[in-house]
Amino acid sequence: MKPWEVVIGIETHAQLSTQAKIFSGSSTAFGATPNLQANAVDIALPGVLPVLNKGAVECAIRFGLAVGGTIAPRSVFARKNYFYPDLPKGYQISQYEKPVVLGGKLSIQVGESEKTVSLTRAHLEEDAGKSLHEGAAEIFQGRSGIDLNRAGTPLLEIVSEPDMRSAAEAVAYARALHALVRWIGICDGNMQEGSFRCDANVSVRPVGQTHFGTRREIKNLNSFRFMQQAIDYEVQWQIATLEEGGSIEQATVLFDPDSGETRAMRSKENAHDYRYFPDPDLLPLVIDRQWIEQIRLQMPELPAAQRDRLMADYGLSAYDAGVLTSSLELASYFEAAVAVAGQANAKTCANWVMVDLAARLNREGLEITDCPLSAARLGGLVARIADGTLSTKLGRKVFDALWSGEAVSADEVIAAQGLQQISDSGSLETLIDELLAANATMVAEFRAGKEKAFNALVGQAMKATRGKANPQMVSDLLRRKLA
Amino acid sequence: MIEQSLQAMAHSLASREISSVELTQLYLDRIARHNAQLNAYITVDPGRSLAQARAADERLARGEGGPLTGIPIAHKDIFCARDWLTTCGSKMLSNFVSPYDAAVIARFKAAGAVVLGKTNMDEFAMGSSNETSFYGPVRNPWDIRCVPGGSSGGSAAAVAARLAPAATGTDTGGSIRQPAALCNLSGMKPTYGVISRYGMIAFASSLDQAGPLARSAADCATLLNAMAGFDERDSTSLDRPPEDYRRELAAPPASQPLAGLRIGLPAEFFGAGCSPAVMQLVAAAIAEYRKLGAETVALSLPSMGLSVAAYYVIAPAEASSNLARFDGVRYGYRAPEYRDLNELYSKSRAQGFGAEVKRRILIGTYVLSHGYYDAYYLQAQRIRRLIANDFAAAFRQCDVILGPTSPSTAFKLGEKAADPVQMYLSDIYTIAVNLAGLPAISIPCGFADGLPAGLQLIGDYFTEARLLNVAHRYQQASDWHLQRPGGFV
Repeated sequence: MKPWEVVIGIETHAQLSTQAKIFSGSSTAFGATPNLQANAVDIALPGVLPVLNKGAVECAIRFGLAVGGTIAPRSVFARKNYFYPDLPKGYQISQYEKPVVLGGKLSIQVGESEKTVSLTRAHLEEDAGKSLHEGAAEIFQGRSGIDLNRAGTPLLEIVSEPDMRSAAEAVAYARALHALVRWIGICDGNMQEGSFRCDANVSVRPVGQTHFGTRREIKNLNSFRFMQQAIDYEVQWQIATLEEGGSIEQATVLFDPDSGETRAMRSKENAHDYRYFPDPDLLPLVIDRQWIEQIRLQMPELPAAQRDRLMADYGLSAYDAGVLTSSLELASYFEAAVAVAGQANAKTCANWVMVDLAARLNREGLEITDCPLSAARLGGLVARIADGTLSTKLGRKVFDALWSGEAVSADEVIAAQGLQQISDSGSLETLIDELLAANATMVAEFRAGKEKAFNALVGQAMKATRGKANPQMVSDLLRRKLA
Repeated sequence: MIEQSLQAMAHSLASREISSVELTQLYLDRIARHNAQLNAYITVDPGRSLAQARAADERLARGEGGPLTGIPIAHKDIFCARDWLTTCGSKMLSNFVSPYDAAVIARFKAAGAVVLGKTNMDEFAMGSSNETSFYGPVRNPWDIRCVPGGSSGGSAAAVAARLAPAATGTDTGGSIRQPAALCNLSGMKPTYGVISRYGMIAFASSLDQAGPLARSAADCATLLNAMAGFDERDSTSLDRPPEDYRRELAAPPASQPLAGLRIGLPAEFFGAGCSPAVMQLVAAAIAEYRKLGAETVALSLPSMGLSVAAYYVIAPAEASSNLARFDGVRYGYRAPEYRDLNELYSKSRAQGFGAEVKRRILIGTYVLSHGYYDAYYLQAQRIRRLIANDFAAAFRQCDVILGPTSPSTAFKLGEKAADPVQMYLSDIYTIAVNLAGLPAISIPCGFADGLPAGLQLIGDYFTEARLLNVAHRYQQASDWHLQRPGGFV
């Protein structure tokens, strides 16, 4: 069997976080009663005209700056013509030949390795409404319903170059892009509500072949897990088809999460001729340098820059810094914890955030934004561990107390529960003398070369102090006494 | 009363010589008597109009009237008017009652004018004879065997027969100026962007522009004062300081009021293709302008000959997309029977649109199709730029351009209906103006065999006030515009 190379490019529709729609004043809030957020422009009454929402343009500029793309001084809105009941005007206003952002790059991390994905373009467009075919039989009596609340919602379509070589890379790209658009505040990233959806163009070719194989486009992937599954299936299907002597037809396919398969929606022969032409109702979008500079000043530190800074200032590994900057909220949480714990304890903070906190959040199904334990409290806890007041084990106990809200600071828990670690060498020495006297057998075993007996003695010491003895000091004292 | 200028009418209303209710009723009575013969109106709603007239009278009684308060105005049925049937001359919208006012309607309402009715028009403004209306052809009051021109033919016939003091129209390729010429009226298409297109049902967005149809240039100026103005709901509306379009009309009469004015006479307007009778009347008007002090400059607009071809690519292309919203889904006509979504679309559109509209949708769809776009649409846009450049060069040599509005006087109903290309050539002198986005006015310049002919004056961008004055000075020195058709008493 010859080895195959997978080639993937991704188109992403990111719904922009503007209050109003892109060409009308209607609200973009999700979940309203059908058609109550559709005004005369959205339902395309005769005679109405679109007016561009500058807020949507600012989102596009932010994105262009964040990926280092070129922000076009002049871009053009075009009409994409096709008939569908959820497309009231009979055309979608989009950008075609002249998009607002050209080029740009996004760096992604797959395991320990890093890769840069080039972007082709990003353009502004309006979303369509929704056709409701199911689940409302009693309302529609077998007919289809149309909800135009979403019609006209601003989207930024972000197109990557075919730079990904595996499903894992594709997912890493989608995750990095998802984090970025949320980071710069242009998209809420809510995938269940459709705020961030991806189409994956997938093809395979024998390793060494320079031209691309025929691609199939998997539409509307609205979770990273589905993306992984869909691409895995598609790749395996394409390879199997080719190895059986078949050929791939260019097509648009849908992923069915229940069967785990992709199936063709329409082939190229049925492809629409969208008859694009510049929308005469809208002037070309002109963006001057001043506007760009004004937005540049409002940009937050970007994830890549922050990641480099965490590595340089705190000595974190690339992996840790990458995880901590995977979302603006997580990065902010981490930095707020370090501010309390002290910069010297940044690495300990990183461990607590990435291990204990992450596990707890995951177990409870919470996002970092819903975390009941504030960054300052976690920082306070880390400080007490770092200065030896608490052992790691006791730290976890305090963590639980802080999480459940029993106390507002680590110090309060330590005082209330008497958890302060025993680090006083005098009292520990007395304790160990008693211990050695009472456990002559173990001492003998240790002296006979059984290392296990040593651990058992440490365990006895910890048990006697109900875990409060400083384990390092216990260990040191024991070694000295037994030497 | 019905021969009074709008200014005089406003004066009669302000001085309470006549009330708006009386004036409105007077026109409603005339409509009731004569509309059946002309078919100028699609919708008249006396109750609604008179209620507006009563409100205007209250405003006048408080001394708060303006230049149009209480004056009934007829509106082309292309303007959405709240609670009025708004059909655009089509079966497709034969059941559409607008829930909102177009910018033009709102501005007239704010000025206190009364909506007298909605006038007949070529379906979706596609036509030059008013024969494509779902509501039947409009007849020319000067000879009811003849067409009034189009597409604002209902508005033109209504004003010509004095079934309205004035009316609104829209002009995409000559649809105000050509019917004005054929009905002995003054009709102006302002610079593209001067009047908001919001609420004006789109035919070809980059060419459509509203304007007034009236009995004199001075009345046009009064109407334009109400209609013009920036509107943030129309992205192509121009944000300019408001101007008084009557400002140049106030200058006292003089023996040579147009001394120093350079009138450009493009060779392309005076070649073959224009009827000799019309040409003669235009020549007489030029002589009159010389008497008024103007000098003439011979010049050329070399790309003009391409304007009809370019127009019949660009306008249908935009129309094919603009009319996609009429799909039978949300409002308007829906076929009574269909098996699936495709049939809902195809049957509703096949039954809801007339032949000319379908022809233009087909042309437009074709020229935008993959593989044809560059050869047709982009090429037409290049011609459009050449034409604009021609005019820019011309306006370095002259102040206004003069020529005929239409190559002939009104033709018979049915005469050109079977030959679309002949019909399209009726707009040969007007189309280039829309492609360049310039302002132009058509004014009466005499009669040939009892039918009126129009003189077209074209200005550089934003020179409406001067154009209106150039037209006004001619009307002070002539009485062609005061002639009215016989009958219709």
